[in-house]
Amino acid sequence: MTTTSSASTPATARRRTFNARRAGAWALLALAIAVSVLPFLWVFRTALSTNGALATQSASLLPADFTVGAFMRVFGLQSPADAVAEGGSGAAIDFWLYLRNSIVFSSVTTAGAVFFSAMAAYAFARLRWKGRNAVFSLFLGTMLVPPIFTALPNFLLIKNLDLLNTMLGMVLPYVFMTPFAIFFLRQFFLNMSREVEEAAMLDGAKHLRIFFQIVLPNAAAPIATLALLTFIGQWNEYFWPLLVGSQDDVRVLQVGLGVFKSQSPQGAPDWSGLMAATLVSALPVLVLFAAFGKKIVNSIGFSGIK
Amino acid sequence: MTTLTKNHPARSDQRLARPGRIRRGGLRRYGDLKIALFFIAPAMIGFILFYVVPTIRGIYLSFTEYNILGDPEWVGLDNYAAIAKDPLFWNSLAVTGQYVLMNIALQTALALGLALLMDRVAKSTLVRGALLLPYLMSNVIAALLWFWMLDYQIGIVNQFIEWAGLPRVAFFGSEEWAIPTQAVINTWRHMGYTALLIFAGLQAIPQHLYEVAKLDGASPFQTFRKITMPLLRPVLVLVLVVTVIGSFQVFDTVAVTTQGGPVNATRVIQYYIYQRAFTESDFGYGSAIAVILFLILALVAFIQMKFLRGNESDLD
Repeated sequence: MTTTSSASTPATARRRTFNARRAGAWALLALAIAVSVLPFLWVFRTALSTNGALATQSASLLPADFTVGAFMRVFGLQSPADAVAEGGSGAAIDFWLYLRNSIVFSSVTTAGAVFFSAMAAYAFARLRWKGRNAVFSLFLGTMLVPPIFTALPNFLLIKNLDLLNTMLGMVLPYVFMTPFAIFFLRQFFLNMSREVEEAAMLDGAKHLRIFFQIVLPNAAAPIATLALLTFIGQWNEYFWPLLVGSQDDVRVLQVGLGVFKSQSPQGAPDWSGLMAATLVSALPVLVLFAAFGKKIVNSIGFSGIK
Repeated sequence: MTTLTKNHPARSDQRLARPGRIRRGGLRRYGDLKIALFFIAPAMIGFILFYVVPTIRGIYLSFTEYNILGDPEWVGLDNYAAIAKDPLFWNSLAVTGQYVLMNIALQTALALGLALLMDRVAKSTLVRGALLLPYLMSNVIAALLWFWMLDYQIGIVNQFIEWAGLPRVAFFGSEEWAIPTQAVINTWRHMGYTALLIFAGLQAIPQHLYEVAKLDGASPFQTFRKITMPLLRPVLVLVLVVTVIGSFQVFDTVAVTTQGGPVNATRVIQYYIYQRAFTESDFGYGSAIAVILFLILALVAFIQMKFLRGNESDLD
């Protein structure tokens, strides 16, 4: 009797405090998740409201005076008169053009950077040559140079080449490589087994064939993850496209959003239009995240630690 | 036949260790340089054109006066002398310093807390994904979203503040609130990402250490102080270096929301460089400030690595 009670009391007590602590921990975590996610729902709610109703029902949880007018406005499907009637400022965003520019800019830079970085990573990981490690350290060192520092001379170079406000000028600094991509892929290439490669070599395969037929297919998963991360990063890029692509025909969505915001006079910003545009600009990333969330989340620990 | 197949795995292991293999690899060393140059060529072009040359050119430009028309004119240390006497520069440095301190203190504390919570109660991808969502949005989107939620008149945050019986806050419009607001927005965007980096570090701590501590009757606080923190230090240092360097370069949120104002309250260094170089077309001066920013960042990284002994772990 005595032994059982003395043994069970601390155990239950421990479980009880453990549970209380666990509940508290969950509550804190739930709060953090709410803070991370709820603003997007608020943006969605705002985008489905009219500007007039937003001012009067600023705290209603549901869309105030439900309308899809703001989205129509963003897609250029609403006449200026209707826009003003819904409390829009009449400012326009050339959404389809900016969307096209964003897609071109992000996919070209991603494709180029990932492919050329994979080539370089192959040379750094699988080939033996003098100075390999020194050159790799140099490449890595460029990760330390702040982007603003190279942005000024790069802007001048693009200007000297007469490529300001061209897609080529926007794409060039990213398309050949990013230090992170080389670093990321080299790690995976280093860990590949040499067996298959050597067998292929005995069969007379050259490096080009090994690279295309063995290394790339075997590293499909990390390459896909890298492409995903690079694409999201490029989609969100603001500073360089702002410097080089400030004219309408090459302006990307992020820069367009900023322009759209500043077009709204301080007195009556087109909040619902702005939030609709924000949401639509985030949509590709949201879709990618919904589809490949696990891949993205699991790659995060990698980038900093190992 | 059967014996051969049975022996195969063992034989392939031996083949790996055979000296002949290594020697053949050694012979290949000379042949690889040419093909390596081929594989590295595109990346090398990008590296030289857009990293090496601009770094050198940026340093050169900082010693010139250059307004993009004409040629750069060598002025020696004039730009640096002018910067030393430029109140706007010192202001931008002070403002950036405030921003970095607030952002890093908040972000690191919250991220560490979140990482510990994830480690204890919820390692699921869904939870981690939800916390990562803000990080995947652009700075511009984060800025616009908070610009709306923090609006003085009809922003939801000010509604809550009013319900709580407090006076409304002009988050972007008042000099004392502008920088803290920028710091909080960027904390919101980055804390999940930082938490995941720290979380990865936590996962790498050997579990048996915690079991031993438990057997010894250590309290959770003692365990945290004596095991978690020391073993997490290399990761924390790395996270700090990366986040401090990143936050020194705050630009997007400022450019979209306050554009340096009110008065000079949010004119951070990078925004000041941008203004001098691109709106005032003073590339020499802008480059000189960029060189100073570069030096500050190098110094910060050096100090952090040195004093926090980032390369060592207490694992042994």
